[in-house]
Amino acid sequence: MSAANNAGTLAAAVGLAANSWGQGERPDPLNRHKHGLVGTSISRIDGPLKVQGKATFAAEFLMEGLTYASLVFSTIAKGRIATLDASAAEAAPGVVLVMTYKDAPLMKPMPLFMTAEKAAGGDNLPIMQDDQIHWNGQPIALILAETQEQADYASSLIHATFEAEPSVTDFEDAKRQGTKTGEFGGGPLKLDIGDAEAALNQAAVSIDAEYSTPRHSHNAIEPHAATVVWDGDSLVVHDASQAVVHTAWSLSSVFGIDEGQVHVTSPYVGGGFGSKTLWQHQVLGAAASKLSGRPVRITLSREGVYRMVGGRSQTEQRVALGADQDGHLKAIIHTGVVAMSRQNALPEPFILATRGAYAAESFKLHVEVAQLDMLANTFMRAPGEAVGTFGLECAMDELADKLGIDPVELRILNEPDKHPTEGKPFSSRNIVEAWRTGAQRFGWAKRSAKPAAIRDGDWLIGMGCATGTYPYYRMPGGAARITLTREGHARVEIAAHEMGMGTATAHVQVTADRLGLTADQVTFSYGDSKMPGAVLAGGSQQTASIGAAIVAAQHALVTQLLILAGNSSPLAGLKPEEVGGLNGGLAELANPGRHESYASILGRAGRDEVAVQQDAPPPLELQNWSMHSYGAMFCEARVNAITGETRISRFLGSFDCGRILNAKTAASQFRGGIIMGLGLALMEETQFDSRNGRIMNPSLADYHVPAHMDVPEIDVIWNDIPDPHTPMGAHGIGEIGITGTAAAVANAVFNATGKRVRELPLTLDKLM
Amino acid sequence: MPIRINGTEASAPADPRVSLLDLLREDLHLFGAKKGCNQGACGACTVLVDGQRVLSCLTLAVQCEGRDVTTVEGLADEHGLHPLQRAFIEHDGFQCGFCTPGQLCSALGMAAEFERGVPSVVTVDFEDYGADLTLEEIRERMSGNLCRCGAHNGIIAAIAEVQNSRQDQDKKEAAA
Ligand code: FES
Ligand code: FES
Repeated sequence: MSAANNAGTLAAAVGLAANSWGQGERPDPLNRHKHGLVGTSISRIDGPLKVQGKATFAAEFLMEGLTYASLVFSTIAKGRIATLDASAAEAAPGVVLVMTYKDAPLMKPMPLFMTAEKAAGGDNLPIMQDDQIHWNGQPIALILAETQEQADYASSLIHATFEAEPSVTDFEDAKRQGTKTGEFGGGPLKLDIGDAEAALNQAAVSIDAEYSTPRHSHNAIEPHAATVVWDGDSLVVHDASQAVVHTAWSLSSVFGIDEGQVHVTSPYVGGGFGSKTLWQHQVLGAAASKLSGRPVRITLSREGVYRMVGGRSQTEQRVALGADQDGHLKAIIHTGVVAMSRQNALPEPFILATRGAYAAESFKLHVEVAQLDMLANTFMRAPGEAVGTFGLECAMDELADKLGIDPVELRILNEPDKHPTEGKPFSSRNIVEAWRTGAQRFGWAKRSAKPAAIRDGDWLIGMGCATGTYPYYRMPGGAARITLTREGHARVEIAAHEMGMGTATAHVQVTADRLGLTADQVTFSYGDSKMPGAVLAGGSQQTASIGAAIVAAQHALVTQLLILAGNSSPLAGLKPEEVGGLNGGLAELANPGRHESYASILGRAGRDEVAVQQDAPPPLELQNWSMHSYGAMFCEARVNAITGETRISRFLGSFDCGRILNAKTAASQFRGGIIMGLGLALMEETQFDSRNGRIMNPSLADYHVPAHMDVPEIDVIWNDIPDPHTPMGAHGIGEIGITGTAAAVANAVFNATGKRVRELPLTLDKLM
Repeated sequence: MPIRINGTEASAPADPRVSLLDLLREDLHLFGAKKGCNQGACGACTVLVDGQRVLSCLTLAVQCEGRDVTTVEGLADEHGLHPLQRAFIEHDGFQCGFCTPGQLCSALGMAAEFERGVPSVVTVDFEDYGADLTLEEIRERMSGNLCRCGAHNGIIAAIAEVQNSRQDQDKKEAAA
């Protein structure tokens, strides 16, 4: 090998990352590595399947003797079932089974999400065990039939009457009954530093305003579905899931069987956004399959999704900010009340972003909970931050306006040098740079500081901005298996999920670079509870969790390979940390000419393959650092002076989210979050009838999500600065886009019209 | 009379209440067309009937007797993927892929409508109609196909690219 070749290969060699993520570890070599696949724009590897309609979703698994389920829902919020007449349904054509509380098998409630390591349940209520009704829309009967049409028809023949009991379905009533402090992540959602109220009173300039956000529904275009079959005492569930292992464990608890007896698969998921966990339908489908002895497909109707799968809850927020004449914050107050059901444990934690957003001398943050008799609310894309940044970032805009300071400059002025309420150093925070680059690119300098100053015909035009932020998480439970074959092909298996984030594609890139392989020499397998790890696709933590698991497995693999290589290998005597993946084999980092291919190592050892499995180390990085992603969001809105209609004409997200693994799929993730944020800002609301607790718009015709005409070309840029303390230097990016976006829109509408709307969604009636 | 689906004949269902979508998915196991709402609100079930886009959840299968139904499974041919399928991959016009079959079929039907001279609500100039399928026209005409993942930009870019290259091709042929 020539010296020139040596130099070339030297640049491409990738050593092992440190297999722990505590303080003082050296950064992952992939942080700096610029020659491989990481960071490039390769197209989704599942693209050809998806554009041909060949990706198999949960409701598309074929089984011999399949039956179809349909559900009947309660029409009262609280009380009991008085009479339930199923005779006509039982006699209807094709009906295989009618299941009600009178004959459903004995089952335990679902372990409630976040109350145990692998708990996945959306609520903790008895499921069809008694005549009690807990929410308007609770399933009271399940019909199985030979076809979906027959099941749906028979469900219309169920006749039920109810005895209603007093219920709380009105938010004001619920507040009057008394509120309590919300709990999240093992602690109260309450934080006091200094005397913020006194500081607010003494501040030279202050604002104090109320903001509100309504209920939201995830509305993945794929309705929740599962194809379920029992094989003796073992249960197979082909699910639409963002938590296969959690779901398997939780179902085993419901049915009183071993975790290993439940097999959950989920190869493709038609969108999740927090909703594709365990809800009552998978349990009911499994129960009906048990009773009937037949495989069951349970697909929720679109209405069924609204009745049975919770969404984001409503919030009422007070944000008060006090500053000195120069704009330095003295007090940040963010308090308020959220609605929560009695059967779940997620008080929409809208203060999360506020804890670390800006430097201030005093803080008062507090989320109180008012309990209602309603469908369990749940996690929806950026729970807390999505709606909390609406209040906080609108308030910052109001303060900037009052101070006469540019809103971008006000944010930069209050940039903290360490986490303002926890005191920890930031692992990586480059938001100022994101603001500067974003403002330049967006043409922020052209914004009129005076509202309602720019008009084009009937259209008032304005610009607004806001900070987006979402934490870096890595949950315990990551693990991976790598199987390397003599042909030099690596297969990674991990019980992770692909809901469209581009997971499989990004981790093929990562694995290929680490092992010195090409993308087509790597397969990434996921979406199966029998695989290693318990990796939730939530909290934007999947990337880090998978990344750390692959690092751990690669350590085990390289150790094994060096043993197999033995004394006659050119690598003889080298330690794992002295070698790296290169050109289909291992090479000495300091001297890449000393190289042996995987094929040669395995061939000489007489092995067809080598397989290793390893757990990821615990997430120590989170103990030492404050770890977050950031976005500087810019919006240009046009508001019709006559009709009040708002159109978004331009949007830019300028992100600081660590190293980007795949530029193409990352841009889609950012845009997807921003577009859901536009929906949050302008049109989305799950309408709740406060008289009876029933959702009034359970359809995609009545719940508006952004359509093509609502979405302009969205510009996204990122600084690509790796976080030295994370695998690959990366952060998860699935949720950051929805944060800050609604405030950027509302602030642009204020700049356009001079009207400050503090109540979402920003519909035209509020601007007339 | 049979229904021709992607060139293959299938018999119409005995029960006249069966929707085209259920026929495709449950009887023929063509799972490309998706059921996102079953009530005409999402567009995920869009297929082509004699080249026109329809919502197969709102179409009775028996209405298609003697007609040609094309689903997403029928877009690729012996030369490989349809140019629009390739453009969707290139422009990342999907994330989860659940709305994708509907977006693809709808886009093909939409382009044909445009070429037939069917105006949309944003069409301003009827005189010069047909000159260009602008981005605004595409967005308006594709608004019946929802995407919750937020792949809107990629979808529109993919459609525009294929449409433009086709129109360029047509112009070249006209000039020659
Ligand atoms: S399934 Fe036909 S429009 Fe939604
Ligand atoms: S790609 Fe998921 S709904 Fe469009």
